[in-house]
Amino acid sequence: MNDLLSNYLPIAVFIGVAAVIGLALLIAPFAVAYKSPDPEKLSAYECGFNAFDDARMKFDVRFYLVSILFIIFDLEVAFLFPWATVFGDIGWFGFWSMMVFLGVLTIGFVYEWKKGALEWD
Amino acid sequence: MALPALSPALPEILLAVGAMALLMFGAFAGEKSSRTVSFGAMGLIAVAFLMLLVAPKYGTTFSGAYVLDPFARLMKLLALAGSGFAILMSLDFARREKFDRFEYPVLILLATVGMMVMISANDLISLYLGLELQSLALYVIAAIDRDNVRSTEAGLKYFVLGALSSGMLLYGASLTYGFTGHTDFAGIAAALKAHGSSLGIVFGIVFVLAGLAFKISAVPFHMWTPDVYEGAPTPVTTFFAGAPKIAAAALMVRVVIDGYGPIAKDWQQIVVFISIASMVLGAFAAIGQRNIKRLMAYSSIGHMGYALVGLAAGTQQGVESVILYVAIYLAMTLGTFACILAMRRKDGPVEDIGELAGLSRTSPVLAFLLAMLMFSLAGIPVLAGFFAKLYVFMAAVKAGLLGLAIVGALASVVGAFYYLRVIKIMYFDEPKPAFEPMPLELKVVLGLSGLFVLGYVLIANPIGTAATTAAASLF
Repeated sequence: MNDLLSNYLPIAVFIGVAAVIGLALLIAPFAVAYKSPDPEKLSAYECGFNAFDDARMKFDVRFYLVSILFIIFDLEVAFLFPWATVFGDIGWFGFWSMMVFLGVLTIGFVYEWKKGALEWD
Repeated sequence: MALPALSPALPEILLAVGAMALLMFGAFAGEKSSRTVSFGAMGLIAVAFLMLLVAPKYGTTFSGAYVLDPFARLMKLLALAGSGFAILMSLDFARREKFDRFEYPVLILLATVGMMVMISANDLISLYLGLELQSLALYVIAAIDRDNVRSTEAGLKYFVLGALSSGMLLYGASLTYGFTGHTDFAGIAAALKAHGSSLGIVFGIVFVLAGLAFKISAVPFHMWTPDVYEGAPTPVTTFFAGAPKIAAAALMVRVVIDGYGPIAKDWQQIVVFISIASMVLGAFAAIGQRNIKRLMAYSSIGHMGYALVGLAAGTQQGVESVILYVAIYLAMTLGTFACILAMRRKDGPVEDIGELAGLSRTSPVLAFLLAMLMFSLAGIPVLAGFFAKLYVFMAAVKAGLLGLAIVGALASVVGAFYYLRVIKIMYFDEPKPAFEPMPLELKVVLGLSGLFVLGYVLIANPIGTAATTAAASLF
């Protein structure tokens, strides 16, 4: 039982470190930061919109496009991490599988770039 | 780990690489390139077709997840033919309707790769991979005319319902894995043979079959079909009605025969139910339709029901009859859609059945061929469609499913009504203005399809032999 619990010790340490850093960053500005508030600075931050508004507002479809294009590369990284950790065991088959995957993604990326999906206007 | 043998999957690799090359070409050459890309895509499909026809490399690869056997080869040939003709038949429409996006043939190629993976799938993982590759491409194709509200609606409906069915299929696959401990079909079959059926397995089969029934638009998962067929541009509907159905039917056959084979009793009742429901709904719901694309949607629901009659038999003869049924269905569908694509006046395409009035006087050849196709779809003797129904009913009777065969025969009598009504409108109603002349490629497709339907008696032997060899590879 003690063995099991001690395996979790690093996690407890991490939680402690995270709590300390987080609290320090929250508290330090009260003590040291230069303050000159204005309404814009005090309003809650919401990317590109008024923070308090009707939830059913018209919404620029380009936000979706950007986020969907982003997700592709997000997933690419999610695949790359486990691949990288076992790279020594999977050999050439594993290597080339990932290269093919990256190649296909690159072609998709070139396509979306050429079609102008990355331009805001 | 060494590289796996790639030769059984070579046609797929060719199509996939070719599709990406065409995509790059289209992206750099701009919208004008759509015709070139279409021809490139047809060329690739032709090469893949020849590779499979002349020198198929039978075998399993990718750790047993992928198999090329005579069954897969024949179904792939059919699916490739369906895709190739669908691109060919879209050329004229694309020119006239400002439908010239180069993505369209590329997406068809990618969907075709997905279909070929489905047909070759020998494992639940490759099954899902192929199914999703095909489906994702199809969702986009359905909505390709994106400035048109109905096309967009068709794409969205298809996507939402398709995602739901994929979820059900995955749930069934995970139950199957959980209760057998295998994802490969051979392993599943061995585990089922050793331990028999259980409630969890039956749940798994129900969910897997529900997901697959959605893809072949069998009742009760057919709701999307009429809306998608009607809303999507007609060349897209042509494609949807052919190749994807063949791939999904092949997949269904392989899953239940190879994977769930040892517990045939359990899946047979499900297949019998969806088969009867599809045949009956296909026959009755089509009666009230005025739009020819909606009519063909219900017709395809019914035809999938008939194909499943053969599968319900679960015997080698049954599988053979399914292969023959989908092959004949593909030929009839392509011909019928060639006629539908030819329904065009100066101010654009028309889709109402009433517009066919008096076609026998304005364009007698078109009317005759369409009439033959309608007779064949209804299952009138000596035409191809009659033999298709005969094969599946005989297989069902031999397997002791007499009731199923009787219901099927009765449903085809009801269904004959709406096919005959189309013929009546063409031959006995007052003529409407003539259609625009038919482009050459549609004439070729219609001619080939008409020849097949009329002359099936003459070529029944070689086709039957091919189907027998294909079916034998599953047993």
